[in-house]
Order: sequence, then C-alpha cells, then structure tokens
Amino acid sequence: MKRQVLVPVAALVLFALAWEFLVWVNGWPDYKMASPSDLGPAFWKFRGLFLEHSWETLWRTVAGLLLSVAAGLVLGMVMGLSRVMREALYPLLVGFNAIPKATVVPVIALIFVGAHDMNTILIAFLISFFPIAVSISIGLSTLEPEYRDILRSLGASRFTIFWKIALPKTLPEFFGALKVAVTLAFIGTNLMEIVEPHGRGLGYLFDSGKISADYPLMFAVLIALALLGIFLFYCVVVLEKIFAGWAERSET
Amino acid sequence: MTEDDSGTLPAGEVSRIELRGVYYAYRTGTGHLPVLDGLTFACGTGSFTAVVGPSGCGKSTLTRLIAGLMLPDRGEVLLHGEPVRSPRATVGMAFQNPVLLEWRTILANVLLPLEIVPNRLTREERRNRARELLALVGLGAFEDRRPSELSGGMRQRASLCRALVTRPEVLILDEPFGALDAFTREDLWQTMHALRREERFTCLLITHDLRESVFLADRVVVLSDRPATAQVTMEVPLGDKRALDDLYGTEASELQAELRQQIRIAQQARQTEPAA
Repeated sequence: MKRQVLVPVAALVLFALAWEFLVWVNGWPDYKMASPSDLGPAFWKFRGLFLEHSWETLWRTVAGLLLSVAAGLVLGMVMGLSRVMREALYPLLVGFNAIPKATVVPVIALIFVGAHDMNTILIAFLISFFPIAVSISIGLSTLEPEYRDILRSLGASRFTIFWKIALPKTLPEFFGALKVAVTLAFIGTNLMEIVEPHGRGLGYLFDSGKISADYPLMFAVLIALALLGIFLFYCVVVLEKIFAGWAERSET
Repeated sequence: MTEDDSGTLPAGEVSRIELRGVYYAYRTGTGHLPVLDGLTFACGTGSFTAVVGPSGCGKSTLTRLIAGLMLPDRGEVLLHGEPVRSPRATVGMAFQNPVLLEWRTILANVLLPLEIVPNRLTREERRNRARELLALVGLGAFEDRRPSELSGGMRQRASLCRALVTRPEVLILDEPFGALDAFTREDLWQTMHALRREERFTCLLITHDLRESVFLADRVVVLSDRPATAQVTMEVPLGDKRALDDLYGTEASELQAELRQQIRIAQQARQTEPAA
C-alpha cells in the first residue's frame, strides 16, 4: 500500500524537478516554456476561475460520457446480437469515427448557435461512443455458444441469457473501452470549449490565457486538465474494481 | 452383445429418451450436409448410454437435438414419450468446456439453473441442494471460491453439479472429461458412479474414449460415419459396482476390442466413399 502511493509521488516530484531544471538551464522565458514554479502563483491568482471552469469542464465531460455509455450500449447490443445489423452499421460507424472531430466542432457550433452546454456535451459524446459500442458488440458476438446453451437448454429467454451471462461477461471489455472513452470525451469537451467564442470551461480559460498572453496561466490550465483527466480515469478504475473485479487474476 | 436391437425395449417400459428415424442436415454455402440420417435408438429410465463414433459424425448434433436446442429435419426425438419441440427444464447438460461464470462463486454457479427453472424451493433449500451436490463431488470446501481458483477437474465437477441441481430426468454429457488428464479423468469417472448412486437420472454420454464408455455405461451405441446411424449397440457386461481394474478383465477387454473394431469399420466407410 505504501509503495503504491510513494512510487507515483516520487515519479511526479522527479518529473517536476527535471522540468524546472530544463527551463532554468536553457534560460527559457515563460512565454516559451513556463516552469513548475510559475504554476503555483498562476493557480493562486485565478483560483476562483479555476474552480468554476474545472467544474464546467468536468460535468460536461461526464454528461457526454454518460450519453456515450447509453448509446454505446444500445449500438453494441444491436450489433452484437444481430449479424445483419452489424454488417449494416459497422462501415457507417468506422467512417464516422474516422472523421477528425475538430472538423465537426464548427459544424455543431453552427447548428446549435449559442447552446454552449449542449454543443460541448455533444462533441464529448460523438468523440467517445465508438470504442464502447465496438467493445460491447465484440463481447456479445464472441460469446461461446456453450454459455448460451446451458441457459437455453433450461428454457431461458433471450433477455435472461443477456442479463445473466452476456452482459456480465462483457463488463471487463466495457471498462477497458470506458478508460479510452474517458480520455476521448475529455478531448472533445476541450476542443469545443477552446473553439467556441464566449464559452466556459478550462478550454475557455486556456483561450483567454492565450489572448492576454498569460503563459503561466495556459500551462496551469494544462496541468489542471491533466489532474481532471487523472481523476476521471481513476473513477472508472474504481468502478471497474467494483463491477468487474473478478476478471483480475491475482498475482502469483 | 446384441446387434442393433436398440429401438426395442422391455415390454411396458416407456423409454426416457427415444430417437426415431432422426435426420438432420446442416445448411452450408454449397447445399446440405447431412450429419444424422435415420438415427434410431432408445434409453430406458435410469439407464446410462454412451455414444461413440468417429470424429465429426454428428455426436454433438445429437446432444443439441435431445436438449431441444435444435429440431430434427425429419424423424422424432421423444423424452418420456413426448416429442421434443423446445428446450425443457427436465434436461441437464454438461460440456467439455465447463462454462462456469467467472464472476460467480462456485456455489452461485451451481445455483444458476434454479434461478431459471421455476421451482418452489426457498433460498435456503436451494443452497442446501447445491451444497449436497458439491459435497458429493468433493467440492464442499470450495463453494466460496471463484472458478479461476479451481483446477480443470474441479471445474468440471462443479459443472456436473450445476447440471444436476434441478434434479433433471435426463442428463446429457457432451465429452465432459475430454480435456482432462488421464488420472483426473479416472477420478471423475468414479465421481460419476457416486452421482449415479445418489441421484436418479437417465444419462446419455457422448465420448471419444472407449475405456470411458465401458467403465461408465450400461450400453454403448456406436455411430456410423456421417451421415450417422446407430451402427451397433452393445451391452456392457459389468455390474453396478465397478472398479478401474475391471477394465482390464477379459469381458471388458473384449468389449473394448470389439468397439475399436466397430469404430474402424465406421472410419473405413469414410475412406472408401467417393469424393463428393
């Protein structure tokens, strides 16, 4: 337990020291590369704004993720349980996923002018549902026939088989995909926040740092984003432990 | 030894499992591939029948037909005189792959069928039933473990308990011991005998192992090559109490030799058959 905390903290400290050293040795001014020692004052100076906009970014990302999970589950189930639907939907989804979401941002922003929250959530959703849908569909379609047979031979309905076997068996894959989706949704939220004028969230804070040439602020936003990302990621890890902990093999 | 009188039974007895002229073909890209053609045999109540045959002769198809997971194209599958049209709760199944649910404990795995099949048992009665079976197969101390913590043989024991927990009339075993090492397999054979003494079921065992068929069954049905019919049926002359050493006695040895000979005949039919 001690080691699990000490090792990451030590790595973090070492990283900050190396960063500080690099800036100092090269004599970089803060507009080229801010150093860790610049970040503290920047955080403190804008502490109110950081709290407010972190919250904006956080709740929109989580809302987009929840949408992703819901849509990904439905799409994954449809594709996982019906071969025809899989053949029909796969190329569409792959094509959609291939479109860089940065190009979708202005389109969405134009369709729903001024609806900041909805636009942001929508992008977070659009960018992150794909891995969830794919993992669920693969999990369901690769279920060994014997698993189905042991319940079907007892007269179980399709729903019972799905609920008792297919869904729990897919959970480890689902959480693997959710870890990817968390990061993606986060990128989506920030993409929209940075691009949209008069927006809110950490992306907006980054943009205003750019406009007012406050470089330590911009770096501080990046660090805040990293912290939020770590927080969300470990939330998923905790959920995974609770719901799919059985898939973890004990170390021997 | 009786030659192919498998359709008949002692007068007055309704057979628990009966197949009458069963024909089944798989639909492939190029047409139909018949796997069973005119398969007829019957198993009396409480009997233990082993089905052996060359690889790919449709043995697993047979289990799925009896379980009602598939319907025959022609002919009839009857359980206690009634035609099988859909899966029924009075059949228990175990496969080569024990297919235990990794997220459940062993006890919860064994209890699974009781969550599906309607029954009037209380929670405590269900658990007692499952524990009784687990104790019988020697897994009493492992009910709270997860399947990943158990060896292959132990998992297969748990799988047998799950198949029997609802007290099914018919137990279908599709090569359940096929993936186990030789010693574990022999242990499981003894367990099968123990289960048969305590529980009442009619058993149909699909196997590749002729020793296994002789050690466990009352009768062995040899299937011909695809499309399979019952090529020959042989009674096993060993009594109810069997020891592994009995397998090396004269009667058992002769029976195994005869079975091997019959399998060879089935295989040769394939080699001489003109390329389709």
